[in-house]
Amino acid sequence: MSTQAGALPAGALRTVKPDVHWQERLAQGLLIVCCAALALFLLAPLASIFVMSLQDKSGAFVGLAQFRDYFATPALRSSIWNTLWVATAVTVITVPLAFFYAYALTRSRMRGKLAFRVIALTPILAPSLMSAISFVQWFGNQGALKWVLGGATVYGPIGIILSSIYATFPHALMIVLTALLLADGRLYEAAESLRTPRWRKFFTITLPGAQYGLVSATMVVFSYTVSDFGIPKIIGGNFNVLAVDIFKQVIGQQNFNKGAVVGLILLVPVVLAFAVDFVMQGRIQSQFSARAVPYTPRREKWFDRGMFVYCLIVAALLLAVLGMAVYTSFIKFWPYDKSMSLRHYTFGLVDAGVISSFFNSLTLAILTAVLGTMFIFMVAYLLEKTRGMAVLKSIVRLLATIPMAVPGMVLGLGYILFFNEPSNPLNVIYGTMTILVLSTVVHYYTSSHLTAVTALKSLDNEFEAVSASLKVPFYKTFFRVTVPVCLPAILDIGRYLFVNAMVTISAVVFLYGPKTQLASVAILNLDDAGEIGPAAAMATLIVVASTLCCIVYAIVTRFIITRTQRWRSPPAL
Amino acid sequence: MDAGTYLKLDGIAKSFGRFEALRDIALSVTRGELMVFLGPSGCGKTTLLRIVAGLETQDRGSIVQDGKDISRLPAIRRDYGIVFQSYALFPNLTIHDNVAYGLVNRRQGRAKIEARIAELLKLVGLPDAGVKYPGQLSGGQQQRIALARALASAPGLLLLDEPLSALDALERVRLRGEIRALQQRLGVTTIMVTHDQEEALSMADRIVVMNAGRIEQVGSPRDIYGVPETPFVADFVGKINVLPAVAEGGGRFRVGAVSLAVNCREVAAGTAVKLYLRPEEIVFNANGSSPGNNLAARVGKIEFLGAFCMIGIALDGADGQPLVANVPRQAVDAAQLATGKSVSVSLPPAALRVLG
Repeated sequence: MSTQAGALPAGALRTVKPDVHWQERLAQGLLIVCCAALALFLLAPLASIFVMSLQDKSGAFVGLAQFRDYFATPALRSSIWNTLWVATAVTVITVPLAFFYAYALTRSRMRGKLAFRVIALTPILAPSLMSAISFVQWFGNQGALKWVLGGATVYGPIGIILSSIYATFPHALMIVLTALLLADGRLYEAAESLRTPRWRKFFTITLPGAQYGLVSATMVVFSYTVSDFGIPKIIGGNFNVLAVDIFKQVIGQQNFNKGAVVGLILLVPVVLAFAVDFVMQGRIQSQFSARAVPYTPRREKWFDRGMFVYCLIVAALLLAVLGMAVYTSFIKFWPYDKSMSLRHYTFGLVDAGVISSFFNSLTLAILTAVLGTMFIFMVAYLLEKTRGMAVLKSIVRLLATIPMAVPGMVLGLGYILFFNEPSNPLNVIYGTMTILVLSTVVHYYTSSHLTAVTALKSLDNEFEAVSASLKVPFYKTFFRVTVPVCLPAILDIGRYLFVNAMVTISAVVFLYGPKTQLASVAILNLDDAGEIGPAAAMATLIVVASTLCCIVYAIVTRFIITRTQRWRSPPAL
Repeated sequence: MDAGTYLKLDGIAKSFGRFEALRDIALSVTRGELMVFLGPSGCGKTTLLRIVAGLETQDRGSIVQDGKDISRLPAIRRDYGIVFQSYALFPNLTIHDNVAYGLVNRRQGRAKIEARIAELLKLVGLPDAGVKYPGQLSGGQQQRIALARALASAPGLLLLDEPLSALDALERVRLRGEIRALQQRLGVTTIMVTHDQEEALSMADRIVVMNAGRIEQVGSPRDIYGVPETPFVADFVGKINVLPAVAEGGGRFRVGAVSLAVNCREVAAGTAVKLYLRPEEIVFNANGSSPGNNLAARVGKIEFLGAFCMIGIALDGADGQPLVANVPRQAVDAAQLATGKSVSVSLPPAALRVLG
């Protein structure tokens, strides 16, 4: 039956060029625009840092002279070591702390699991600055528990480490928790049938099963601590770290070139951590079989009690940090007049005119959540569900992954270098809400993108093919099927962007203008001015706003899930 | 192109990177027939179906549907309905809305659309399913709805991409009968892709057996099974005994020390060939008339399969070439076959095929 090529009409040997429907062109055009936007608001600023690091103040090319200069300055050089050892210490403490917390939540039958889980996640709702303020209140010069430190001062590595543990704990916990929840219950049943003691199950099943999660948590905690600017700024004292060095070079000394050098140096450990995580996660797929059954722990009195006590202590410590900040915002004058009052809110924030920065933050959070979610979901959709443009798609995928490896300070520095340049026609957006929204969306792009991609991948691959066969345009199916089915994930992205926009400081500290000062920046400035009470009050307001957002998200999501119960979770057949 | 041809593929080739998925495929589908693309995974059958649907674009070659060249048309401009293995029903829309999905777009009256939906749901045997969601139906029911949705706008061509593979065995057999009956009733030209030979044999008007991006053979199910043209077809469809042999001339072939007569075209003496024989063609002649090639043999392992038994046989003089015979249970009992027993078997010259 197979025909010889010679028997074909001559025309049949030409490569077939399909007619492209205008709808397909529309999708491709959108993808090109999105790719250009990501290049402009991510790549171009990063490129400016590279260029700037090779120039002197006048803009002349000086090769690596700036780097040589940097390494010749002992005060600057010591920051590298400081940054790395502090981040290592934080990682070594936080990851096991979070791991055993997650272990208790997943492998015991202790009481109060839900409450423990919620309390453990509260640090996410506050800017990292808040934990630093709180630790100053606890252990600072006039701290309530100053004596605990003996002669040591909290202003420096101790304070940074304590505050960073608090701030990174929920991030590590969520990752490890997910890893532990994925475990296959059948392995435990098999082990039990072989009479394996608990400690051996822990080392042979639990730990190996969670290894990728542990690696991921390690890298995330390390990167977070290296990148964080708020904590060392507040509680670091004279202890220099890279993130603060960038700020000092750029804002303090207006030395953009040296700032760029520090930025690039800061980029190295974060990119390395990201790369390690990325490579490890690539191997995770084959680990879990689709038929895994969830593990249900059995009641064991003493083990459950032990785990309960452990979680109780950790949760109490976490609440003590949050509680101290909130408490500080409500008392008159620490530590002399501890009577309750709202004066930090009324005098300190409203009358001082600082309250506007809170509303700026709200505006930023809402705009970021709404516009960012729309953009991110659309890009993910175009990547996953449209045909063709393979090369462009792999470029966009790469662009979507980069922000995770870029510390906020570096991104912010890139923005200031690129958009503050007078010759750049886009410099009109400098200092406006627009640039704050753009930088925040880009800063938190990767996680949101991954959420969207995961949701889209769980949809049947043939919806678009079916729509085409039924002559229904793709955008109609997008709005009628794709968006409704992915709504929980879309809301999740929105909440994530909202909360992070409320608490972020690193990128935006370079970018706000006189009319667009943000709440987190206000905290920084109030703290600088010694106004601890109003700073704590502002932090509390941020926590309230983030919490409200999470509550609204929970209610709306539950409402949607219940309303769509009939098709979302079909009864077992 | 003759009048009966509805779809004509010519010189279709497709590569993914360096992998040649399809090489120079030429094929005609007759109006109203059900044609099955059969082959192992990776043979290119699904790619070919997707090219017909416009979901992939061929590198070379032309497609003519109903007299119109559609080689370059995007999927949305082509005339077909498609059903996928995964059903691909929209989970958030009711069955009614799923079936209506393509109809609403066509500016018909509401009443007309409703009547059509009711008709389709009745056609697939689920008249009351309209208010339900896909998740509330069984796999087989969902696939019926997917079929109704594909047929809704009365397309000229129906494409079925492994439609039964996700179903359990019972449902699969039931639905293949239903789909075939429906297809014949509507007379819609249909292409179905499957890797399941039983499905292909039971449903198809014609089968296209594919392997490694090429067509091996096109023919009716009877021809494909009974008169395979290539070793691949013989091997892939059904069970078959393969005997390496050497031609002796005059229609005789030597297997080990045994000489066999075969009804076939002349093969030059000394040529190495393979003889193919279906297990059910082997006859145990305890007494009476034999179709030829009577040989002494010894019974090996007997595997009981219910209605049939698979019986291992070692021919005397060709011990190295064990054969398998498929014998009805009653015949096994009648001949009192047992392991180790010496018997006489016949390998009918008309049933032996010489290939490669």
